Amino acid sequence: MSAPVVTAPTPASARRAPAIVWSRLFTVTRTELRQLYESKDFWVPMVILGGFFFLIVPAFLLSVITSIGNVDAVQQVSDALKLLPSTARQAVPQGVDPSTQVSYVLAVYLFAPIAVVVPLTISTAVGASSIVGERERGTGEFLAHSPADVREIYLGKLIASLVPGYLTTVVGFGVYSLMVNLLVGRKVGGWFFPTPSWWLLILWVLPPFMAIALSLVLRLSARVRSTAAAQQAAGLVTFPLIIIAYGQSTGALVGSGAPTIAFVIGLVAWIIAFVLLATGVRSLTRGRLLGVADER
Amino acid sequence: MTTATDGLSQAAPAPPGPGSLTVDLRGVDRWFGAVPALHQLDLGVPAGAITVLLGPNGAGKTTAIRMITGALTPDRGTVRTFGLDPAVDGEQVRRRCGVVSAKPALYDRLTGRGNLEYAAELYGLGRRADDRILAAADRFGIVDALDQRVGGYSTGMKTRLALARSVLHDPELLLYDEPTSGLDPESSHAVLEMIREMTAEGRTVVMCTHLLVEAEGLADRIVVLDGGTDLLAGSQEQLTRLYWPPNLVHLGAQDPSQLRQVGRWDGVIRVDTNVANRPGVVQVQLDDPSRIPDIVERLVGEGVRLTRVEPHEPTLEDLYFAVRRDHRERQQAAERAGLAPVRPPTELDALARTEATR
Repeated sequence: MSAPVVTAPTPASARRAPAIVWSRLFTVTRTELRQLYESKDFWVPMVILGGFFFLIVPAFLLSVITSIGNVDAVQQVSDALKLLPSTARQAVPQGVDPSTQVSYVLAVYLFAPIAVVVPLTISTAVGASSIVGERERGTGEFLAHSPADVREIYLGKLIASLVPGYLTTVVGFGVYSLMVNLLVGRKVGGWFFPTPSWWLLILWVLPPFMAIALSLVLRLSARVRSTAAAQQAAGLVTFPLIIIAYGQSTGALVGSGAPTIAFVIGLVAWIIAFVLLATGVRSLTRGRLLGVADER
Repeated sequence: MTTATDGLSQAAPAPPGPGSLTVDLRGVDRWFGAVPALHQLDLGVPAGAITVLLGPNGAGKTTAIRMITGALTPDRGTVRTFGLDPAVDGEQVRRRCGVVSAKPALYDRLTGRGNLEYAAELYGLGRRADDRILAAADRFGIVDALDQRVGGYSTGMKTRLALARSVLHDPELLLYDEPTSGLDPESSHAVLEMIREMTAEGRTVVMCTHLLVEAEGLADRIVVLDGGTDLLAGSQEQLTRLYWPPNLVHLGAQDPSQLRQVGRWDGVIRVDTNVANRPGVVQVQLDDPSRIPDIVERLVGEGVRLTRVEPHEPTLEDLYFAVRRDHRERQQAAERAGLAPVRPPTELDALARTEATR
């Protein structure tokens, strides 16, 4: 009988990390988006959600406020504007009636910040099911046996989760801007939204926060046993974005004329996002795509 | 064989020639938490042949396939596929493998074409993709369904699509994990025919199944697995030689009790009245098959009304259970003697036993 040859497997340190093949990465992204596009049961509710927060609710309330004029209720809200930080208060148009001032404040500091949560909800919903979904459907087996590197799969799915959220941000705020400028703009002397601080928020602060949230959601998606569990846990991850929305609605985060805080917050968020993305890639292994127990 | 101690495997080894091993697993252990999935698994897959991994659920068949492509890495032991270590050169290995898993692993929301396009892009087929997709779809008879969503496919169609996807990039090694699972007999037969055709083109096939009837006649080489360990590997003929006594005859009579007397006659080695799934049948082992006419004549002369005289060649099922029974008996004997569990006989052990018998 020949003696069995038993040796240690090749240690992880000896394994070369191949270069990322970007065409494969974008293939993963494209296929994810293609599946989303084919899933009306996913995107129709999301469009309705976006429609409510970006258009229907703000349009209704702003229309009511701008048309009813200077009644007591509006006067009370107007008095509450004194609670805003001074930089934010200074941006509110002066020399106009209180209902216009209230409309301006609601448009900039209430409805828009609340709507920020919509793109995040969409992105986390996509991200939460992306890896655990492969496992549940059994398609993780196909990816695990494919030549695609796990980093390509992870980043491809991350981008595919970011795209719907950011697309919602752009389209949603585009529609929202059009609507508030048509309803309120004519009373405050022209187009006013997005304000400079909102451009900063949308282009500089929001993207890294979405990336942070998604890197955490994808980590969860790689580890949990079911899509339902991933989505439950993803709810916690939306918390930082709710803080942004709250910060913006109180005028504390991006008060007009004081963009420094937002810039610094954005910078820190970008750094954290890159660190989390770099380390998050390691959370995905072929074993986790297969769903084997106790995968290292 | 190369081992991990040889260092990194070569980047571009020569393609395996006839008789060489496309896959070589040695002493592979793999644990899932506290559960051992593979234990000291040795598995050699010759190039250009169909190797069938047989075993009950949980035997380690699927884990073995995952080791071959590097989808999982071993805790101990070495894995070489095309002479490469999949843990190091995984991309190169996986490019040369086509896999069909037990679940078809298809994207239900995409069309058949969408699924094939995804695979074509991941395998880097580039401009050849469209032609390859059409050729693969045509081969497996799904051209007409290519633009339908996979969610609406029947189980058989899904299997065909998964098979088409597995050959899209013209792989050298095909790994099929229970490819006929959930198929009706007609579709199963068609799928097995397709697998047979593909080895005719020089491809190497590893197929897992727990359906012995599927392996029968298809396998060039059979590996029986149990508890994550290879119990035995060889061709059906080798297994027969090792595990099945020669010169067996099944006898049947209107009164089976009359057949017991045969055990006292010259040239009869053994009589077994307890033949699985064949009530009333007696299995007789002779020292020479030429004695059958004499035995029949004598039984008839003594008034026995025979209903069956049938030389018995073992089916794969007979062999499978014989291998597992042999292993179980060895384990029990070791336990009774207070010894460590015995390592099942390897192929080399088995051949040595054959030589010794001769």
